[in-house]
Amino acid sequence: MQVKNRLTPFFENITFDREDNEMILNFGPQHPSAHGQLRLMLHLQQEMIVKAHPDIGYLHRGMEKMAENMIYNEFMPTTDRMDYIASSSNNYGFALAVEKLIGLEVPRRAKVIRMMLLEINRLMSHLFWLATTALDIGAMTVFLFAFREREYLMDIIEGYCGARLTHAAIRIGGVPLDIQDTFIAQLKTFLDKLPQNIKDYEDLLDTNRIWLMRMEEVGVISKEMALSWGCTGPMLRASGVAWDIRKEEPYELYDEVEFKVPYSDKGDNFARYRIYMEEMRESAKILYQTIDMYEECVKSNQTELMAHAPKYVSAPKLDIMTQNYSLMQHFVLVTQGMRPPVGEVYVATESPKGELGFYINSQGGPYPYRLKLRAPSFWHTGILTDLLPGHYIPDVVSIIGTTNIVFGEVDR
Amino acid sequence: MRAYKPKDNVQAKAYYTDRYYVSPQVPKLHVESDEIFAADLEAIKAKVDVLDAYIQVEQMVVFINPSDNYKVLELLRDECDYTQLSEMSAIDWLADRGGFEIFYQMLSMNKRKRIRIKMFINKGEAVNSVEKLFRSADWSEREMFDMFGIEANGHPFMKRILMPYDWQGYPLLKTYPLQGDEFAAWYEVDKIYGKEARDIIGPELRDTAKVDRYDSERFARLGHEVPKGTKITGNEPKNEQNYQEEGGVFMIKKFDKKDSVVVDDPQR
Repeated sequence: MQVKNRLTPFFENITFDREDNEMILNFGPQHPSAHGQLRLMLHLQQEMIVKAHPDIGYLHRGMEKMAENMIYNEFMPTTDRMDYIASSSNNYGFALAVEKLIGLEVPRRAKVIRMMLLEINRLMSHLFWLATTALDIGAMTVFLFAFREREYLMDIIEGYCGARLTHAAIRIGGVPLDIQDTFIAQLKTFLDKLPQNIKDYEDLLDTNRIWLMRMEEVGVISKEMALSWGCTGPMLRASGVAWDIRKEEPYELYDEVEFKVPYSDKGDNFARYRIYMEEMRESAKILYQTIDMYEECVKSNQTELMAHAPKYVSAPKLDIMTQNYSLMQHFVLVTQGMRPPVGEVYVATESPKGELGFYINSQGGPYPYRLKLRAPSFWHTGILTDLLPGHYIPDVVSIIGTTNIVFGEVDR
Repeated sequence: MRAYKPKDNVQAKAYYTDRYYVSPQVPKLHVESDEIFAADLEAIKAKVDVLDAYIQVEQMVVFINPSDNYKVLELLRDECDYTQLSEMSAIDWLADRGGFEIFYQMLSMNKRKRIRIKMFINKGEAVNSVEKLFRSADWSEREMFDMFGIEANGHPFMKRILMPYDWQGYPLLKTYPLQGDEFAAWYEVDKIYGKEARDIIGPELRDTAKVDRYDSERFARLGHEVPKGTKITGNEPKNEQNYQEEGGVFMIKKFDKKDSVVVDDPQR
């Protein structure tokens, strides 16, 4: 028998018999299609939603607070836990923000490796999105296919940094390691197969009647609404704004590679799905180009992986082991932490989900005075308030799917 | 003169700073150095008072009076083409200056420019909500209220967003400890078992790194294991730990500490 205590629920999941004949459905926080801990309070008239109230905070770990109590390098692995589907992109966003604050120039070889990691992460995230959304809608085959491909990418990443999900693969000032010997060969094998794989998914979905019924004309976000709600990334591009930070405010070497920014003016679930598919193709294109760039770096013998800035970045391992001054500097940087200049910076990068921004206010100490994480999924969850009314219960699942929210970064 | 350290700031602090260390500054540029920003600043200056303005790390920072925030954001959206409010939040300056700094991070997609509007409010003051201009401020302002306790006038639903509705205290204040305060330690105990069970259960252990050597309920000491719940006096016997299987493994002879001899003769 259950011991009576306050764990006994206060309310049932459904409330009937209200005066206005409205039903209140409590969707989540443990719903498999909520992609994490999303609680949605839905007011229903028959099966139509008249009011939606997303409730978040179930995964709140206080990362901004933690950041104020950590030295800059210490915070890097914590950023992994934001968007844990593509964690290198978070590492990168933070590293770039600190580098801009300090004014560091990263060596070219490190930039190329970073771009490779970022695009692999984008592919991983988009494949994961496709798999889970297709599964929510009932397309089990696509789920298995997409997870298989994602597995290859995770193997490559695992070979690079030893982790499959929480990579911590990027450091402030560069990357810690060169890519392993098999990296390029593995990546090329994967990329050569990818177009056929994407075509397989499309063959299964593009003309699938069920998929089209669940996707077309469902969850339409107008351009004004997307802008007003702070939507970014695929959510914004599906609503008719061709805004990609990689293109418009290029960081790393994105101004040297050729790629297109797919966008659509439909704004519905299907448009978002098409954009994810096209972006995978563009990512593959970028990856091919970065492989060439990497080989050029090898040929021209550019071996530097970390920026040279003794005040902020530890010297290479060889120097630390052989030179006393480098060892002392390293010791101070590890125990006390680097002290960036006084000032503030807001740096936005294009993560797979949208604009990932880091606002850092530094007062010259080894701990940031204030760090604000601008996670795209936060607003992509908020928009559900305005988006869901007028839709029916099954649409909720497909709309949450295409918003591609990850609760690690909604709640931070 | 000794450096001023606010006493009510309980965040981690540098344990050593060189007395002659002077922090460098992130360079600030004049707004005139960028044509687009200069034009935007003129437009803002025509409407409201601007306290300070400069360009830092490719973005313009404009300081305004807190009462003008709605006007300025409306102007930026409708006339200067800053169509998106990417981010807004506050910075706690209670100890140094007795208030909060609030920033609005704006983005213009056509101009490819970003502006940060900043303003200072005193403790206990509220800000004007900009939720009518940008829907994204709906959740940002709630988050700001949740984390700092700054209310936004005219917001339709000023409730906590990340923390539970019945939480007390504002986590991002510098006076709020990282592990949470007294209220936080009892919150879940009260919620699940009731206040009357406080004596039986005790406060929640919120320091994740804390290890109690005398607590045999939750911790075990390697090499000194005792049955769960035993009262530890400090004289418990040492348990020998053997990590190798009996009989050894392939190529490796079993190492037995009892049979081994410690050679301490340096002349051997």
